Amino acid sequence: MSGRNAVSIADHMTRPSLHDDTWLLPEGIEEILPDDAARLERMRREVLDLFSTWGYRLVVTPLIEFMDSLLTGTGHDLDIKTFKLIDQVSGRLLGVRADMTPQVARIDARHSEEGVPSRMCYLGTVLHTLNDRLESSRSPMQVGAELYGHAGGASDLEVVALMLEMLAVAGISSVHLDLGHVGIYRSLAAAAGLDSITERELFEILQRKARPELGEWLTAAAVTPTVADQFAALIDLNGGVEVLAQARQRLAAGDGALHRALDELESIAHAVQRRFPSLPIHFDLAELRGYHYQTGVVFAAFVPGYGREIARGGRYDDIGRVFGHARPATGFSADLRVLARLGVQTPAGDDLQGTVFAPSVEDESLHSEIRSLRAAGRTVICELPGQAASPQAMGCTHRLESRAGAWQLTPVAEFDGPA
Amino acid sequence: MLTLAVSKGRIFEEALPLLAAAGVVPTVDPDKSRKLIIPTNREDVQLLIVRASDVPTYVEYGAADLGIAGKDALLEYGPEGLYEPLDLNIARCRLMTAAPVGGIASRRRLRVATKYVRTAQGYFARRGIQADIIKLYGSMELAPLVGLADCIVDLVDTGNTLRANGLEPRELIMEISSRLVVNKAAMKMKHRAVCAIVDLLGQAVARQGMHSE
Repeated sequence: MSGRNAVSIADHMTRPSLHDDTWLLPEGIEEILPDDAARLERMRREVLDLFSTWGYRLVVTPLIEFMDSLLTGTGHDLDIKTFKLIDQVSGRLLGVRADMTPQVARIDARHSEEGVPSRMCYLGTVLHTLNDRLESSRSPMQVGAELYGHAGGASDLEVVALMLEMLAVAGISSVHLDLGHVGIYRSLAAAAGLDSITERELFEILQRKARPELGEWLTAAAVTPTVADQFAALIDLNGGVEVLAQARQRLAAGDGALHRALDELESIAHAVQRRFPSLPIHFDLAELRGYHYQTGVVFAAFVPGYGREIARGGRYDDIGRVFGHARPATGFSADLRVLARLGVQTPAGDDLQGTVFAPSVEDESLHSEIRSLRAAGRTVICELPGQAASPQAMGCTHRLESRAGAWQLTPVAEFDGPA
Repeated sequence: MLTLAVSKGRIFEEALPLLAAAGVVPTVDPDKSRKLIIPTNREDVQLLIVRASDVPTYVEYGAADLGIAGKDALLEYGPEGLYEPLDLNIARCRLMTAAPVGGIASRRRLRVATKYVRTAQGYFARRGIQADIIKLYGSMELAPLVGLADCIVDLVDTGNTLRANGLEPRELIMEISSRLVVNKAAMKMKHRAVCAIVDLLGQAVARQGMHSE
């Protein structure tokens, strides 16, 4: 499908009336042209079909909502990211969704049946006020799946496995899994009794693994030597599976919650490794992605050639509480556009078969032939009267020709006409 | 393959002994070559020669796995997106405000010339001073002399350039040194190789610290 509908850069430059910039899109907003759109749409269907076979049912969340409910339980980060406007009807502040996960959590809290686990998935464009540096995008296409109503490692394992399946369906190989558990940091921070400003500094230092600054922070924060040792250990606790044993040793003084967190991490790691024996697993106990609402195991997928994670998720058991119904929850999300760009897809059947060009002739037998080709899934483009563009220029590989009173498919010559 | 981004000049020169101690020796002198990708004695390590302020960008995008960047460049780039596991303790200098000798006689809003826009904004805001920042790319010392700005924010090493232009250093914003930065994905996926270099560089820094005392 290369070349079809492709417009070269030179073409763009010579188009007239570019002196005004009315064609220019806002920063971080993109349009997707037919080739890429076809790829993206195929991947969208394949991913949603996969989710459906696992029992994850699609929900469509509102594009726009009251800010109060959009931000519930998610904290400051999402507030900054959200485009806001005033509702003329209610006079209240509205926000355009910047993350669909809290919306789905609300749907579960409002509509789920007690005692019945629910599995939901979603896919849609979200809008961010600030450009993401790596993607230069303010409108990622968020896709994700969430599992509510079960608090054990089995549900974490299920969503990790589904995330890995999704990446496989997207044609992404060489995936590395990163595992962590925010309960470890939470327990240490609670035991240290830090005020919120000091804690935020520590959080920020850990996110950068800034060892030299941690030393300064530990001195300034005047924590006990035991706590200092534990934070110093935490920043180093990343690597292979040996990290878990090191953590048992270096964080031995931790409380029950910390050891439960390590137990959970260990058990999910073993379960994932059993199910995916060749998957490289990396542990990082200071990785606090989504820390503000995550409560348990956190995970992310990395691939070579991309500077950060391509899919991420984890457990967040408290978020439903503010909507009146806290249920255990775990899930993941990704940007479908990133997946589409990194994935290698096998060409679909209709691409291989090629597009058919039908001449502009009023003939019932021709129309009947076109109908049956289309019913069989072939793409048929009808010539418009007086058109000068050749079948090749329209991306057609075959044409319908009348031979001996019957309409037959013949290949169009490959190298005549514009490429 | 590990790729390390570093800028030419002082940082590169002072990083060379540390890299050598970590077993990495460039086989081409970047000052004598126009090449921007420099091979080393290790087949699995190469250097990228980039502008100092671009090091964080190369590393965050994963175009380089590791980088050596001044803390000034990292502050200006912003905190998120990179790991900063090591203070290499090289290319030391101070980020300071400086003004004409004798004081700032300004009755209007403070005007500050600097290439560190974000850092300067943050610094003056924390001190409760409303400042207009004028972004310049070089020769900051000139700005107060010709009335473009009341003061400047810049790196100060010996202070000779300031003195030669009738300026004096005022407040210390931050002690600066070069840091080793690591791409987040490289830290996860090339953990062993990355940590080996981080550890060796860490040991080399510690040894250098002992010698200089």
